[in-house]
Amino acid sequence: MNGCTERVYNGLIKENPTFVLMLGMCPTLAVTTSAINGVGMGLSTTVVLVLSNMLISMLRKIIPDSVRMPAFIVVVASFVTIVQFLLEGFVPSLYASLGLYIPLIVVNCIILGRAESYASKNPVVLSIFDGIGMGLGFTVGLTAIGLVRELIGSGKVFGFQLLPLADVASGQAGYVPVTIFILAPGAFLVLAGLTALQNKVKLNAAKKGKKVTEAAGCGEGCASCGGCSGKVFPTGNEKE
Amino acid sequence: MLSDIKLKMSSSPHIRSKTTSANIMLMVTIALLPAAAFGVYNFKLPALIMLISTTVSAVLTEYIYQKLMHKKITVNDFSAVVTGLLLGLNMPASAPWWMGALGSVFGILVVKQLFGGLGQNFMNPALGARCFLLISFTGQMTNFIYDGVSGPTPLALLKSGESVDTMSMLIGTIPGTIGETSVFAIIIGAIFLILMGVIDLRIPGTYIAVFAVFVGIFGHFQNPDIGFFDPQYITAHLCGGGIMLGAWFMATDYVTSPITKTGQLVYGALLGILTGLFRLFGGSAEGVSYAIIISNLLVPLIERVTLPKPFGKGGEK
Repeated sequence: MNGCTERVYNGLIKENPTFVLMLGMCPTLAVTTSAINGVGMGLSTTVVLVLSNMLISMLRKIIPDSVRMPAFIVVVASFVTIVQFLLEGFVPSLYASLGLYIPLIVVNCIILGRAESYASKNPVVLSIFDGIGMGLGFTVGLTAIGLVRELIGSGKVFGFQLLPLADVASGQAGYVPVTIFILAPGAFLVLAGLTALQNKVKLNAAKKGKKVTEAAGCGEGCASCGGCSGKVFPTGNEKE
Repeated sequence: MLSDIKLKMSSSPHIRSKTTSANIMLMVTIALLPAAAFGVYNFKLPALIMLISTTVSAVLTEYIYQKLMHKKITVNDFSAVVTGLLLGLNMPASAPWWMGALGSVFGILVVKQLFGGLGQNFMNPALGARCFLLISFTGQMTNFIYDGVSGPTPLALLKSGESVDTMSMLIGTIPGTIGETSVFAIIIGAIFLILMGVIDLRIPGTYIAVFAVFVGIFGHFQNPDIGFFDPQYITAHLCGGGIMLGAWFMATDYVTSPITKTGQLVYGALLGILTGLFRLFGGSAEGVSYAIIISNLLVPLIERVTLPKPFGKGGEK
């Protein structure tokens, strides 16, 4: 099962579809006006992704290479239709707020991308876990963006009024929501900010990792190491 | 004898100028002072608090960002002061001071520094900040209080077809943002800048001329009571709202305007048409800010199209 946990880790952190692969930007930017919308969209996509990965992986030896795209689309569209009816039936409020973006999951490039690059080449169990990892990664990404936008843009967290709003009429002090964050430009600002943040965290982690290997590599002889270090690791200050 | 001649070998630039960014920005700051002073006279203490709040927070944001990112501290080149002051002049005096401070932080941090600092920003930071605030806090940003009464600006009156007093619009005793009301104060600053050679007439001249022609023609279509080229109507449009402040101080920003001469004319004309379009046919009465930032975005394209041919190239095909 080591491969399976690796798949989940890959989808959640290493190749997070929102912050690293930058896939599925249309729902990412459009529906993340609140955290609950992000969760709903993320989980719906996850369900479709897991099921379509599973089925496509099962059929990978039957589907002819030349018509694989139409075949993938048919599989994905069937699952999306099922999810759409389930959402409409059981969580009509979420369905209303996600609206058009539910049927648009069919053309979500994460799903087609995973079908094309992973599920059509790998065994069923691994493909299922790949779907789980990618789907959860997408959900985490959308929820994070939705959380920040909802908090700044309306002072709420998951619909709960965390920051009491100011009331101009009665002169009551409080939080004045920065409305631009629940409008379209806010999506870009928050996505860019969070992506930069996770890059910074990853860079820091990578730096720490590098130092460890450097220390290990120095065992051969520190004298020779000093001479070439400037060439091996460019500092950016060199001039020809 | 030959050995006496000292020949200095050095690489370009051979012609040096004493003009620096700090010089120019200082002059722009001085040129903005008449408008700022009139704003404070017109709107009293709240205007002063707003101007101080935007300027101080713009400079502080730049300083803190550069300190944190281990970059060269460039706050003494006055560019952050100009951004802060311009934003302050674009705010209504009735808005709370923290709103101006938030705008300054956005303008300096997101619009200017994240894109590489002075010279790299793709749109005017002060206007970027103003539009950010305008979208976020529409209510407070369009609530103009004058003499304790909240009323419509002359432009809003003009749009709804009512008459306005052009003389008080020239002097500036009207509701509006802090720095845009007095045409006289702005013109004093603009003349100073032109005399000092900081700006030339190309961009503001084309902007205002094209805008006047556009309003002259299409004012009739927007409101059939007004004839073609009605002088009173055109004057009211030129004196109302932010067009004077925008044309002389914000459209002429070196970083976000074209450097080619033809490009500057195209840019000015584009500004005039967009402003006229937004004012006459748009949803709100004012459109200078949006016209300028949209044109800012088109500047690279304008420059590419109007690139002059190097001497000796081109000609016969």
